[in-house]
Order: sequence, then structure tokens, then C-alpha cells
Amino acid sequence: MSSPLIRTLGLGKSYDTAAGPFPALMGVDLDIDAGEFVAIMGQSGSGKSTFMNLLGCLDTPSSGDYFLVGRNVGHLGQDELASLRNRSIGFVFQGFNLLQRMTLADNVALPLVYAGVDREQRRQRAQQELARVGLAAYAESLPSRISGGQQQRVAIARALVNAPQLILADEPTGNLDSHTSEEIMRLFAALNGQGMTIVLVTHEADIAACARRQVRFLDGRIVSDVATPAEVLDEC
Amino acid sequence: MLKAMLGEAWRAMGANRLRTALTMLGMVIGVGAVVMMMAIGQGAQYAVAQTISTMGSNLYMLISGSTNAGGLRSGGGGGPSLKVADAEAIAELAGVSRVAPLHYGRQQLVHGANNWNATVVGTTPAYFDARSWSVSSGYPFSDSDVRSATRVALIGQTTADNLFGSDDPVGKTIRIQQSPFLVIGVLGKKGQNLDGRDQDDTVVIPLSTAQRKVFGTPFQGSVRLVMVQAASAEEMPAVERRMIDLLRQRHRLRDGQDNDFYVRNLTAAADSAAETTRVMSLLLGAIASVSLLVGGIGIMNIMLVSVTERTREIGIRMAVGARQRDILSQFLLEALIISVAGCLIGLLLGVAGALLVNAITDMVIVISGGSVLVAFGVAAGIGIFFGFYPARRAAALDPIDALRHQ
Ligand SMILES: Nc1ncnc2c1ncn2[C@@H]1O[C@H](COP(=O)(O)OP(=O)(O)OP(=O)(O)O)[C@@H](O)[C@H]1O
Ligand SMILES: [Mg+2]
Repeated sequence: MSSPLIRTLGLGKSYDTAAGPFPALMGVDLDIDAGEFVAIMGQSGSGKSTFMNLLGCLDTPSSGDYFLVGRNVGHLGQDELASLRNRSIGFVFQGFNLLQRMTLADNVALPLVYAGVDREQRRQRAQQELARVGLAAYAESLPSRISGGQQQRVAIARALVNAPQLILADEPTGNLDSHTSEEIMRLFAALNGQGMTIVLVTHEADIAACARRQVRFLDGRIVSDVATPAEVLDEC
Repeated sequence: MLKAMLGEAWRAMGANRLRTALTMLGMVIGVGAVVMMMAIGQGAQYAVAQTISTMGSNLYMLISGSTNAGGLRSGGGGGPSLKVADAEAIAELAGVSRVAPLHYGRQQLVHGANNWNATVVGTTPAYFDARSWSVSSGYPFSDSDVRSATRVALIGQTTADNLFGSDDPVGKTIRIQQSPFLVIGVLGKKGQNLDGRDQDDTVVIPLSTAQRKVFGTPFQGSVRLVMVQAASAEEMPAVERRMIDLLRQRHRLRDGQDNDFYVRNLTAAADSAAETTRVMSLLLGAIASVSLLVGGIGIMNIMLVSVTERTREIGIRMAVGARQRDILSQFLLEALIISVAGCLIGLLLGVAGALLVNAITDMVIVISGGSVLVAFGVAAGIGIFFGFYPARRAAALDPIDALRHQ
């Protein structure tokens, strides 16, 4: 394989606070290849979300470099970053982040609007992705009418709709009960089985056990990076 | 893309119907006021222009001073100071094209069983030309009628309607002060003059006949008015000077002695009336425009609130790939829709209001395509101008900050 899908070199981020700059991330080096399923772990405040936001091109690093498919993201302008978020990355949030006023189909189709896809195609592809997450029947419902687990599946469908190279999920099961969490994880595992690269943040060991690789953060640095043992993986 | 954005704007506005409607109301009132005020203002200008066109051009009115008028000393021992001979002398001056001496007063007219009170004017044929007053049926009297004091009359439309109803007055006889007059013509319609008096409520007869049979003045040869038409607008000041010099000389007024007549420049009076209505209609428009401005500020205010409320939504849109210009156009489009929709409704209400004013006050109104177009352009401009700042604020948001909002 030539270059990894994701490569960070000395990636750092410090936030401006009233008490001066606060370093949330310090010199993170990490490579992730296409097709990997990575769980990022670590205690609260260790910098996981900060890292994910940088990977998702939602935020810009204070130092270091981030290469996405070999391109240095730090050199890109606003419009190019928007285009990356639109075409290359699917982001799944803890709080689902669906637009409450839109039907589920319209929510799923939203990235396609900004990709300039025509109406009929949008409708078709949204329907297809909703079917993939098992919610085809709810296309015309509003988000407030379905459960949290279902909302998160809609959010995953939205992340998938523009056929990205990478799914990033920051505590996707954080707002869900354990049963629903398992369903969501099975969905991620299935997507990974189809070749999708997935990076997700979780606090829970049994959730992380579904991923093939576990990276642990502490105080803004990576402290461990291990493959999930085969016998644990089977339990998922 | 545009269709998706329109649908999006519709949804966003629908989510807050009352607020959208109230914001729109600001525009509705603003545009409605502008359209209505412009219709009334332009109507007033039109009405004045119309009146002026019926007056005749480059006209002076010389008014006799008389012992009854007070303040002015009369020449020649009482009675109107202007004489028919004065008028004849003025007619010889350079730059003067027509002169018509006239005597007038209200008189009771009788035709068969009908009675009517109208202004009777005794003058010469030059009067019709000076006032460019056409004869709609029959023919005007001539100089020989004036010389031989024949009893012929031309009557105005209003007088004709009231004395003859639907009958043709030409060839019929009316009585003024017991004397029978043959109606030889009906004058064309003129409408109101600048003072609001009906110019068609009149009977015009030869000056000599009027003096002998109708007014019976003891001062034969005196007249109350002399109407003078200059050959061109440029010559008016010179003509005015020559007339005054001539009259002072003829009336033997010494230096330092006041004129025993008034000179009124009808054309200047008309111009100033036109100017007054023009200023009035400008003023109306300006006042109405203020409400349009207030409407625009209302849009800006609501759009700012909307951007703040929807910060998270903006973050989500950016996270899935919206560029800054997508967000900018989304909010700009919303502002534009509100202002243009408000403008359309305001336009309808403004026109309806103007028609209502016309119906209940019979003020003239003029709704021109130009004023509608201006109102529309201004509304769209206001939408863009006042929508731009909030929209740019939305577009300039940082994706992660917007997502973290609340
Ligand atoms: N916008 C911000 N401004 C200032 N400090 C911040 C900001 N965001 C995060 N931090 C700080 O940076 C550190 C890392 O935060 P981050 O959100 O990345 O942690 P995390 O690992 O995701 O924690 P959690 O598990 O609670 O989500 C924390 O100490 C946090 O207080
Ligand atoms: Mg976090």
C-alpha cells in the first residue's frame, strides 16, 4: 500500500482560554489505513474529541500536519475543506445532529444538496441509505418521531450517503442504552466488513472490543495502540 | 440546487409563521405606503398639469383697479380703470399676440321653464384664441358681432347641460336680463381652473352687447379685465414691462404714484402651482420611504435573530459540506423572499388603497409602471442590503464553534 488513508505528524491543538492557551493535544502521530476499524479510548478530557474534530476537518490544528489520502489538509482553503467534509468524510455525532424540521429522507440527502446532485438522484440515494440502516419505512417521518437509536442510524445513513472514504464517530453510542448501542456497533462492524474505514471514540471496553484496533489517549497524547485480540473480537 | 434552497427557505419561514408574517408586514406597510403616496402625488401633479393645459399659454391678466376694490385709486373719476382703448393700444405692442378685454358677472339665465345662474363673460373673439378654447358645436362670434353688438351667445358645457339637458342648444334662445340671446355655439369642455372653479359654467357674449344689455355699466368703454397673450415665453418679461409703461402713460400716472391696475402672470402662477404639487408629491414619497426603511431594518433584525437561533443548524450544514457561499445564499434568499413577497402584497394593498382614496374623495390618482418598478427594485434592494450582514455573519461562522453552540 502506498500512503495511509490518514496520517498525522506531530499534530497539536491548543485552545485559547481565559487562563491562556490550553494544550488539549500534543504531538500526535498516527497512521490509519483504508479498511481499518479503530476505536479511540481514554478518560474524559484526554483530547479524543479534539483529535476527531481535526480528523473531520471541522477544526484546524495549532501545530503539526494532517494528511488525508496524501493531501496536506493544512494547506487547503475553506471551500476545499467543505468539499472534503462533503465527499470524503462522514461524521457521526454523539447527539445525532439531525435537522428537526426536515424529514429523515431530506436529512439523509443533505450532503447531496451541497454536492450538487439533482433532486431525483438525491431521493433515490437517500432511500437506498435508509434501507441500508433498516429505516426505509420512515423516510417521510420527522426526527422527533423516532427513537434515539433510530436517529443515530439515520445520522449514519447521512454519513454514508455521499460514499465517503472514511466514517468518523465521536461517542456514537454515548446517548444510547446498551441494547441499542450493540445494534449500532453491529451496523458499524457490518459497514467495516464491506470495506469502510471507521474511526470511533468510546468510553466503553465492550464497544471498543468490536473494533480491530484500539488507540488510547491520555492528556493529549497517545499512550497505547494495540490490535484487538481475536477472541475478544469474536464476542462482538 | 435553487429549488432545494427555495424549499429550505420555505421550511425555515414556515417554522416561524407569525414571525415571518410580522416581518413581512413591515415591508407590506412600507411598500404599500410608497405606492399609495406616489399614486396620490403623481395624480395631483397630473391634475395640475391638466388644468394648466386648459388655461392657455403665456398669459397675463390685467385687472382694473376700481373705487369698489379699495386701496387703489382709480383714474378718470371712478369706475374700472382699464378701458377698451387701453386693450387696443396694448395689442399694438411688440411681442403681444392677442388681447381680449373682458367684463363679467354672474347672471340668471332662462330658457323656457329652466333657470340657471352662470358667469356671463363679455369679450372679443381674441378671447377664444388666447385661451385656446375650441367650439364643440356651432361657431364663435366675430369682430363684426362685437361692432354691431348682436345678441349672440356661446355657452359652456355645464351651462348647456343645466339649461338644455340633452337637447342641442345651438339655434335656441336664452334670456339674460330680459334680453333674448341666440345660442350660436357650445364651447369645448375645460374642467376646473387652478382655484377649483368650474370653467364650463359660463356664457360668452360680445363685449359691446354685454355692456349695453347685461351689465349696463355707467362707464361704457371700461372693462374689469384685459387678457394679454405674449407671442412666446421668452418675451413675457419684456411684454410685461412695455404694458406697464404704456398703461401708466395712458393713465397719466406720475412717478411715485401707484399703478391703478394689477398685473397677474397666469403662466407663472401655474408654474408655481405645478412646483408646489411636485414638492408635495416628493415629500409624500420621502415620508413613505421612511416606513420602507423601517421595514428593511425589521428584516435585518429578524434575520440576525434567526442566524443566532440556527447557529447549530449552520454547524450541521457545514459539517456535511456546505460552503460559506451556500450558507450566505441560504440566508440571503430568505431575506429576499420576505422582502419581495412583502413587496408584492404591499403593491396590491397600495394600489387598492389608492383606488379607495380615488373612490371616496375623487382625487386623481396615477399608478405608473415606473413607480411599481421602483417599489419592486427598492424592496429587492432592501432584502439584499439588510439581509447581507446577517447572512455574512452566518457564513463566517466556524464549523466547530457553530456545532458547539448551546
Ligand atoms: N473549545 C474549547 N475551549 C477550551 N478548552 C477546550 C475546548 N474544547 C476542549 N477543551 C479542553 O481540551 C481538553 C480536551 O477536550 P476533549 O473534548 O478533546 O476531551 P475528550 O477526550 O473528548 O473528553 P470527553 O471524553 O469528556 O468527551 C479538555 O480539557 C477540555 O476542557
Ligand atoms: Mg469528547
